[in-house]
Amino acid sequence: MTLQALFDTTHAEGRGALVGYLPAGYPTVADGKRTLTAMLESGCDLVEVGVPYSDPVMDGPTIQAAADTALRNGFRLADVFSTVETVAAAGGRAVVMTYFNPVHRYGVERFARDLASAGGLGVITPDLVPDDDAGWCAAAGAAGLDRIFLVAPSSSEERIALTANASSGFLYAAAVMGVTGARATLSDTAAETVARARRHTQLPIGLGLGVRSAQQAAEVAGFADAVIVGSAFVTAAGESEAAVRALAGELAAGVRGRGAMTSTVGK
Amino acid sequence: MPAAEQVSPVVTHAHEATPHDPDARGHFGEYGGRFMPEALIGALDELSAEYDKARLDPAFTGEFARLLREYAGRPSLLTEAKRFGELCGTRVFLKREDLNHTGSHKINNVLGQALLTKRMGKKRVIAETGAGQHGVATATACALLDLDCVVYMGEVDTERQALNVARMRLLGAEVVPVTTGSRTLKDAINEALRDWVTNVEDSHYLLGTAAGAHPFPVLVRNFHRVIGEEARSQVLEQTGRLPSAVLACVGGGSNAIGIFHGFIDDPDVRLVGCEPGGHGIESGEHGASLTEGSPGMLHGALSYLLQDEDGQTKEAYSISAGLDYPGVGPEHSRLKDTGRAEYRAVTDDQAMQALKLLCRTEGIIPAIESAHALAGAIELGPEIGPDGLLLVNLSGRGDKDMETAARYFGLVDE
Repeated sequence: MTLQALFDTTHAEGRGALVGYLPAGYPTVADGKRTLTAMLESGCDLVEVGVPYSDPVMDGPTIQAAADTALRNGFRLADVFSTVETVAAAGGRAVVMTYFNPVHRYGVERFARDLASAGGLGVITPDLVPDDDAGWCAAAGAAGLDRIFLVAPSSSEERIALTANASSGFLYAAAVMGVTGARATLSDTAAETVARARRHTQLPIGLGLGVRSAQQAAEVAGFADAVIVGSAFVTAAGESEAAVRALAGELAAGVRGRGAMTSTVGK
Repeated sequence: MPAAEQVSPVVTHAHEATPHDPDARGHFGEYGGRFMPEALIGALDELSAEYDKARLDPAFTGEFARLLREYAGRPSLLTEAKRFGELCGTRVFLKREDLNHTGSHKINNVLGQALLTKRMGKKRVIAETGAGQHGVATATACALLDLDCVVYMGEVDTERQALNVARMRLLGAEVVPVTTGSRTLKDAINEALRDWVTNVEDSHYLLGTAAGAHPFPVLVRNFHRVIGEEARSQVLEQTGRLPSAVLACVGGGSNAIGIFHGFIDDPDVRLVGCEPGGHGIESGEHGASLTEGSPGMLHGALSYLLQDEDGQTKEAYSISAGLDYPGVGPEHSRLKDTGRAEYRAVTDDQAMQALKLLCRTEGIIPAIESAHALAGAIELGPEIGPDGLLLVNLSGRGDKDMETAARYFGLVDE
């Protein structure tokens, strides 16, 4: 059930992995668990369980609003562990995506330990860089969690090498300079950033920020190992479970190279 | 040496390294650092490298000194507040940052960073503002130096400070009301960071306080060190002695760190930061991060922070929009832990009474921010006694606060 095993499978099948994001507790803790399970049942290979946070500087309006809703509905940090536990118990793979202060406040070692016991595989840290990691790499390593850092179009070659070297499981490449949110077209920088990262690492590379359609997923699967979709799932979750399942199904077809035949979902 | 340089020679020393500087990665002891998205690390590195070159370049330091002197109106005066001091039971001197162009200390940092923006070849400046002092100062510097300017301001603050919104727009800046979160300074910074990560190629984020990711805390502090250097030589010249204590208000902490640095190596001079106590610490409605917070990350640095047990930032409160911030600059956190500086909370009511007292005794209307430091002087005065001397940083003038003051004191007919 490791991330390594997941990518061995998708590579063997000659396709990209589909990674879906949803904040835990959105709109309630129980709803979030149900939606994440539905995402895995309908085509996601891995889910990113987001930690709703008061100051999400890397997020656009869709995810900001979802985090606000979750916090207003009483989300507590401990709910992220029970959410991961539910996903793992259903046979799904989960990593956590979190701004770093909640981890720091909880205690980095304690957070790593509790997440590993819940069945989580790793953590994506959008506002933590490995050269100032507040003890995270050591704590994650000790708990057997993968450390997924981000590279951006603006990252220098030196920084890509440093970041890739500190990462495990996969490397997260940001498709564009900007915040999260569905975008109509994929930027040219996406493929270039992945190609630059390839020169520094053997790790699988996941591409996120702005992907929402089967067609884009197919395109991304042509050059990246995983396609990460966030805001589009959050929007669908705001509509219905059926919308979430439909989106996961279409994107799953996309990462298998069948996107061109599928209509664009999301508006 | 040209005569002009003899007028304010202190300015050129403010960029030199000190034993109090952070390490190469921006750590003040355990505080500071860079807890920021990778996408912005390149821009922070570029800013660090450019500043490290600029601070040693006479063309830059000379131009900065010239603008402070010929545009901002430095050196600012040191005024003895005799009648106010009598009521405090000690001598009180005011460092008159309120007399600078744009009405506060903010102009120092803004001119420095705007010059750096030009050096980096960037054309657009992003800023956040709470009370509007930093926004107005930034819009001013951008007009002067021909830079595009966008200012993010919490919607609550655009209402509290409507006149400053008009002022910024008149100066050519675009003002964007921020409607997310608590709709105050913290959320304006979030929105400014989102803009920066999207437009970092051609835009500089001109952060207005000595907080945030490295190099901002050391950069902003150095641009404000002129306050402390001037004040130290002025107080020696006017009284022949050093002050017993130096007081300044602390929101993010830029005016405080600027004046503190003039006296940081004078162990007998107490450094006292006055935080916004709002409705009182026990009410939970305040912005006293050093007094009541715990270490955490916000906006790129580890520092004292108002947060709940899950690490969610708590909303700050203060009658003063400029102090309404749940975090604080990392160097203040170190000064608190080492005990070199002390921090105390001043309530809204204490600040407003101090504001009124200064108006009535000295004919000076201070900003509500600065009134927190004046309230600290009222508290400290009896302890210091008639043989002592308090130096208060009067960081800004109160014109912008007239509406709040009029409402608080019931000065206008409804």
